[in-house]
Amino acid sequence: MTPADARAGEALPAAARRAFPARSPFGAWLALLGRELRLALRHPADTLAAVMFFVLVAALFPFGVGPAPETLARLAPGALLAAALLAALLPLDRMFGADAEDGTLDQLLLSGLGPSAVAAAKAAAHWLTTGLPLLLATPVAAAMLNLPVEAWPAAMAALGLAAGFLSLLGTAGAALTLGARRGGVLLPLLVLPLAIPAVIFGAAGIEAAAAGLEARPYLLLLSALLAAALPLAPLAAGAALRTE
Amino acid sequence: MLEARDLACLRGERAVFAGLSFQLGAEGALLLVGANGAGKSTLLRLLAGLLRPAAGELLWDGEDALADRAAHAARLRYLSHQDALKPALTARENLLLFARLWGGDVDTALAALDLLPLAELPARVLSSGQKRRLALARLALAPAPLWLLDEPTVGLDAASVERLGLLLARHRAAGGMVLAATHLPLPLPGAGELRL
Repeated sequence: MTPADARAGEALPAAARRAFPARSPFGAWLALLGRELRLALRHPADTLAAVMFFVLVAALFPFGVGPAPETLARLAPGALLAAALLAALLPLDRMFGADAEDGTLDQLLLSGLGPSAVAAAKAAAHWLTTGLPLLLATPVAAAMLNLPVEAWPAAMAALGLAAGFLSLLGTAGAALTLGARRGGVLLPLLVLPLAIPAVIFGAAGIEAAAAGLEARPYLLLLSALLAAALPLAPLAAGAALRTE
Repeated sequence: MLEARDLACLRGERAVFAGLSFQLGAEGALLLVGANGAGKSTLLRLLAGLLRPAAGELLWDGEDALADRAAHAARLRYLSHQDALKPALTARENLLLFARLWGGDVDTALAALDLLPLAELPARVLSSGQKRRLALARLALAPAPLWLLDEPTVGLDAASVERLGLLLARHRAAGGMVLAATHLPLPLPGAGELRL
């Protein structure tokens, strides 16, 4: 039983208290995450659009810079990161918008989970339905950019971590721009500058792996970014949702 | 007991209402009536803790209700204007999350609004009255002392209004309170009226 439950219980007559069985907050959070994933499964077009966007942007580079293999391989790390982050931005502007329009957001804010927990579930669902598919599509994009095969594992790790960082930042951005006119335009302007460190460390890691060096230090720095955003972004998003 | 003292709410620069006071005890029911735009829905959102009052206070058993919003949320059910349903999920799946959050049995709640035959249909194919019934089925999941209902009977047929009447009677018999904004007659015998 959480302290909030206990306080709610004290204000109630004994009969009503018995009618309010304590539920595990984590179980409730998982139920919300499960519902988000089920919804994403019913609308697979959103996930597919992000993956196709990622692969197509990666496919544009050879046309733009010419098919010289060395030039492409030199560009590949940065291009992969930038394309993945742009693709992961696509579903963000509907993250809270759809829920706000159909009244679900009010119910979630009153669900007893707390706004930050709701935001954390949204971020986790975004990573699972966008970040993870992008990570799986990385070899396809990496092949088109002529990234050496030795660097593919590092590229997948860097993309997974960077997409997680963007899911968290993007959730805070989506909560902040909820209800703003042209929120869909505002959101990338707000989120992308903050994602620059992820691009730097992620691309450096992939580059190191391609050159036969250790990618681990860069991936650890990327993980540190993720670890910092993990508690902070849901708190910021929760505060933004509360004052909406 | 729920008590409002001199509540006021601003929307933009305009006062929606001000100096609003009322009391509601166990088994009590209060109808909010008034013209369109009088602030009925705004008052319900404020009572749910989704909006901050510009002035005044809201007391629950003599203590500030909005000081701990999570605790306040735990003691109420809010039925908004919108049905808060996901078109892609079936009727049963729409209720499932709330059953996991609050407890209660999905089938019992569906049966209370005669929705069992529609349980496996996606909410997208339901009629507007059926969607309203599905939103109302959330009330039948697990008890909470305070129900805030915004136009609960919009789109309902006579039989469904009767079923809602049963739910309301059971809720009040167990000591629950109801605040409902409405333009239509509701099955709430002995309800007070608050004109906005």
